Amino acid sequence: VSIAYLVAGWLFLVGAYGIVVSRDLVRTIVCLSVAQSSSYVLLLSVGYRKGGTAPVFGDIPSTPHVVDPVVQSLVFTDVVVSATVTALLLALAVQARKRSGTWDPDHLSELAG
Amino acid sequence: MNLTDAMPLVVAGPLVLAILLAAAGSVLPRVVLDAVAAVTVSAVAAVGLLIAHDSVGGRLVGWQGDWTPKSGVSVGIALVGDPMAGGAIALSGLLAVAALVFTWRYFEDVDGVFHGLVLGFVAGMTGFALAGDLFTMFVFFELMGVAAFSLTGTKAEETGPPQGGLNFGILNSLGAYLALLGLALLYARTGALNLAQMGAALDGHRPDGLVITAAGFVMTAWLVKGALVPFHFWLADAHAVAPSPVCVLFSGVMVELGLYGVVRVHTAVFADTMGPHPIHAVLLWGGALTAVVGAVMCFSQQHVKRMLALSTVSHTGLFAIGLSTLTPDGAGGAALYVAGHAGVKGSLFLCAGILLDRYRSVSESRLHGRGRDIPLVGAVWLLAGLALAGLPPFGTWIGKSMVEEAAHTAGATWVLPLAVITSAITGGAVLRAGLRIFLGWGAQAREDAGAEREGEHEDPETGGRPSRRVPVPMLVAPIGLLTASLAVGVAPALRRGAVEAGQLLLDHAGYLQAVLHGESAPAPLTEPVPGVTAVGLAAGIVGVALAVLLAAVSSGLAANPLPRPVRRAGAESVSVLRQLHSGRVGDYAAWLILGSAAVVCTLAVAAP
Repeated sequence: VSIAYLVAGWLFLVGAYGIVVSRDLVRTIVCLSVAQSSSYVLLLSVGYRKGGTAPVFGDIPSTPHVVDPVVQSLVFTDVVVSATVTALLLALAVQARKRSGTWDPDHLSELAG
Repeated sequence: MNLTDAMPLVVAGPLVLAILLAAAGSVLPRVVLDAVAAVTVSAVAAVGLLIAHDSVGGRLVGWQGDWTPKSGVSVGIALVGDPMAGGAIALSGLLAVAALVFTWRYFEDVDGVFHGLVLGFVAGMTGFALAGDLFTMFVFFELMGVAAFSLTGTKAEETGPPQGGLNFGILNSLGAYLALLGLALLYARTGALNLAQMGAALDGHRPDGLVITAAGFVMTAWLVKGALVPFHFWLADAHAVAPSPVCVLFSGVMVELGLYGVVRVHTAVFADTMGPHPIHAVLLWGGALTAVVGAVMCFSQQHVKRMLALSTVSHTGLFAIGLSTLTPDGAGGAALYVAGHAGVKGSLFLCAGILLDRYRSVSESRLHGRGRDIPLVGAVWLLAGLALAGLPPFGTWIGKSMVEEAAHTAGATWVLPLAVITSAITGGAVLRAGLRIFLGWGAQAREDAGAEREGEHEDPETGGRPSRRVPVPMLVAPIGLLTASLAVGVAPALRRGAVEAGQLLLDHAGYLQAVLHGESAPAPLTEPVPGVTAVGLAAGIVGVALAVLLAAVSSGLAANPLPRPVRRAGAESVSVLRQLHSGRVGDYAAWLILGSAAVVCTLAVAAP
């Protein structure tokens, strides 16, 4: 499990690094999604139990030894939120491209100072 | 129906109506859109005031779907209403009313999407204010964000808006994901998402690396919204391009909710385990840096909307200093300051909107003397500029003097001069612009190298109409906001209420007791409410005098008394600071990561 924590940290940092150096708006937004995916990994690994099964209770016989369902529902919500944010940012990026003819944030320097 | 049951409605109601208005907007007549939106946000404001009033005697705790806690444990979702949350809701509702009144004649041609976004934005803010658990805070943080990014990009026909929206969206989302990482770590440690349950699980334990890191991540996320330096870069970009009535909501309440989130989470979760010192250090030093950087940046702007946005940054630093005292007086003073500032700044943004509407520009140099034909707007602008500098008896003055006094009592004697000087600088910048634009006084401002940033290419949000008279609703909204700010300053009942709200906001044990065990009986306010002091009055007058002096000197009316080398050194350091505000989202993200590391380190050093 501990490697999952390292992976989560790595994903966030590599996504943030991508945003810092990116010269393309679409790439920036994809890097944001990469950074976000660290939260999926972290949440799921927090709820993981060794040998645990899926948290399904019902007619089928199951063991009480299951992984944590709460974090899974958090990840679901997280996915929805991230899809919304990514779609919106991509739409804004398309608008910026239409108006200024570039994907490069360096050439969109209207807001400097 | 009692008020506790009405709490989910102030979140869900605007949200449902937002969807309906956005969907049916193209077939509904404009007057219906305006009426439905205005009635909804007025109702939100009314419920917010009721919550603030009724919860003084005890917090309102609603567990959704009756998932009430059994012996202090529940997997349900709680909404918690206390006076500070109610006040925040009322403020967002009232500012939305002002924004919608202004928009009525400002945007001739909008469909339901704009109204829907405003309602969704208000729903996000009320949800964030009432949330009793960290994940709900995250969700509403993002809802507030998504609505705000879209509102920033509403004028998506020009080059500016999408880019300002992008910088805003990327920075805030990166912050939100940090909150989620912190939340996951805290859930791993405590097995809870509810703030009170987390607090109960951590009480009495020394904070270790995991708790400090998690706290740092969550605080950073809320501070990105709260625009503390170095997380403030998105703010000026977003305000420069967002429609002026939307800026009223951004500057007046959204940014302040970030600071509210910091104090809320600290009180509920970390107050016992980490003690007061870590959060005090972050808010005090971060606030001081923010006040100075914001003021200097504000004074150097020719683009009027950026100037106002950066003055918000500066004042936010002072709010943070008030909260950093962690005393009822300091927090109550900050709350009053926020309310007074919201009225003043909202009024200024709406005046900037009128300028943009008439003259297709918000550039101080290009507008020189052109505002002479709208003297009423000029009078509102100049009065608001004085109020921003701390003119008694405006809400900005009383709030600021309470903050200064609370900080002084807490041992930070340097806060008084810092607050007087920084707010005089922001007020001076606004006065300078007002004297030039509305009276044509002083020398015409020199154009800077980068014409864009001075608002030269600022396309009007509506299409310029220099000949028409300013429509009545567009005058009523800014005058109403300025009057409200004055009312905040002269109502002693509000002062008492704010201090009580501060006391409840900072009461760790009481919050846990109310949420987990349903026993809501806060101790009555014992200390006398701070009155108007001679020092506060003097500080206000000195601040206003300083602002007038700064405006006179910088507009060229009076000779600059500073020797030339000092002026040159000052100009050079300002230009270095301006270069840091590069407009590049990559740079901003780097500052965010650096700042989050600084927050975690500060917490670690100051923790027991």
